[in-house]
Amino acid sequence: MDKNQLLFLLGGLKWTLTLSVIGFVLGAVAGLAVALARTSGISWLERATAGYIALFQGTPLLMQLFVVYYGLALAGLKLDPWVSVSIGFTLHASAFLGEIWRGSIEAVPRGQVEAAKALSLSYIHRMKDVVLPQAIRISLPATIGFLVQLIKGTSLAAIIGFTELMRAGTIVSNQNFKPLLVLGLVCALYFALCWPLSVYGTWLERRLVTAAR
Amino acid sequence: MSVAATAEPMIAMRGVNKWYGTYQVLTDVNLAVRASEKIVLCGPSGSGKSTLIRCINALETYQKGEIVVDGFHLGDQGKTIDAVRREVGMVFQQFNLFPHMTVLENCTLAPIRSRGIPRARAEETARRLLDRVKILNQADKYPAQLSGGQQQRAAIARALCMEPKVMLFDEPTSALDPEMVKEVLDTMIGLATDGMTMICVTHEMGFARQVADRVIFMAEGRIVEEAEPETFFRTPQHERTRKFLGEILSQH
Ligand SMILES: Nc1ncnc2c1ncn2[C@@H]1O[C@H](COP(=O)(O)OP(=O)(O)O)[C@@H](O)[C@H]1O
Ligand SMILES: [Mg+2]
Repeated sequence: MDKNQLLFLLGGLKWTLTLSVIGFVLGAVAGLAVALARTSGISWLERATAGYIALFQGTPLLMQLFVVYYGLALAGLKLDPWVSVSIGFTLHASAFLGEIWRGSIEAVPRGQVEAAKALSLSYIHRMKDVVLPQAIRISLPATIGFLVQLIKGTSLAAIIGFTELMRAGTIVSNQNFKPLLVLGLVCALYFALCWPLSVYGTWLERRLVTAAR
Repeated sequence: MSVAATAEPMIAMRGVNKWYGTYQVLTDVNLAVRASEKIVLCGPSGSGKSTLIRCINALETYQKGEIVVDGFHLGDQGKTIDAVRREVGMVFQQFNLFPHMTVLENCTLAPIRSRGIPRARAEETARRLLDRVKILNQADKYPAQLSGGQQQRAAIARALCMEPKVMLFDEPTSALDPEMVKEVLDTMIGLATDGMTMICVTHEMGFARQVADRVIFMAEGRIVEEAEPETFFRTPQHERTRKFLGEILSQH
C-alpha cells in the first residue's frame, strides 16, 4: 500500500468524523426537542413524538438515507448530498437520543420537579437548572453508546456518494488487491475511534452506579 | 384599608373537593388560616393531608371549590400560580434538595431565577438564613455530604430565601433518624416564634402543643375536628380522633 492510498484512507476517516459530528450535534439539538416534547405532559404532543420515535427507530438507517436522498429526488426535490445526509442522520439520531433522554428525564425523582415548582421556578428554569443537569448525567453512558453506533453507522452514507472511511477502504483494496491489509487497517481506525468512547462510557456508568449508593 | 380587607385570611379554602378518577381524596374542605397563625394538620396515613397542603401551592389541582392565598385566587390562571408559589414555601418529607448544587446554590437559585434578585444579594440573604438554621459552615457542601437533619434545615433555608409569607411542612421529620428530629423541630419553633404563617403536617404532638394555634384532624379526606391544642388533646370530640391519638401516643 503506497502513501497516496494511505492518505486516501485518512481522507475517508475525515469524512467519517465529519458525518459523525454533524449527526451527533444536529441529532442532539433535535433529540432534546423530542425528549422535551415526549415529557411535556401535553398528550397530543407526547403521542406525536412517540410515533416519530417509533418510526425512526423501527426502520433501517440505510433506508432513511435512501428515502431522503433518492426518494425526495424522485418526488422532485433534489437535495444536495450534504443536506440529505444531515437530514437523514438528524432524524435517526434525534429519535434515538430523544428516547434515551426521555428515559433519563423521567428517571429524575419527581420530588425534584415538585421542589422546583414550589420555588416558583418556570418550566424553562426547572428543566435547564434542575432536571436536565441530572438527566444528562444519568444518560451519559447510553448517549456515548449511541455515539459509537452512530460513528459506525456513518458508513451507510456511502450509498449517497460519500467517500467515508469504509468506502475509501473498498476503493483502495480494489486498486491494490490487498483487501485483508486495507480492510484490517479500516477496522483498526474504526476501533481506535470507538473503543476509547466505549471504555469511557463503561467507566462513567460504573461511577454513576457507585454514586447512587 | 377596611376592616373586612384586613380580616381576609392569608389562606382560605372553601368547599374544596378533589378526586383521583372516581376516588374522592378531599371532601368539602373548609379552612381559613390567618396571617402568622400556626396550624398542625394530623390524621392517619392516606387521609389526604399531603394532598390538602399541596393544593395550596398548586402542586395538585382540585375539581370543586375555591382556594385564595393572600388575595390570589388559585385556578384563575398560570400567572396566579407563580405569584402564589412565590409567597408560599414548602418543605418536603424527603428534603428534595437539588443534589448537583451546593447548599448555597440551592438557596440562591430561585431568588435569582424567579424573583430576579442579583446574585450578590441572593447570596447574602442565603448566608444569613443558613446561619439562622445553623448550617452556615455547610454552605459550600453538596447535599449528599450533609446529615439528614442538616439537609432538612438546608431545605428550610432554601424555602425561606424566597421570603415567603406562608410555610407548608409535609412531615418534615418523618424521614429523619430520631436524634435529628429535634434540631429540625427547633428550627421550626424558631420560625413560628418569628411570626411565620405555618401549616405543618406532623405527628410530633409535643411540637403541636408548643406552637400550634389550632390542631386539625383529618380522616378520609375530611376535616373531622379542629381545636386549640389544649382542647384537642384533652377532650377530643370524635371517636376517630380519640382512636388516632391513642395510636400516636402509644408509639411515642
Ligand atoms: N397520584 C395519585 N393517584 C391516585 N391516588 C392518589 C394519588 N396521590 C395520592 N393518592 C391517594 O390519595 C389519598 C390521600 O393521599 P395523601 O394526601 O398522600 O395522604 P396523607 O398525606 O394523609 O398520607 C391516599 O389514599 C392516596 O393513596
Ligand atoms: Mg403525606
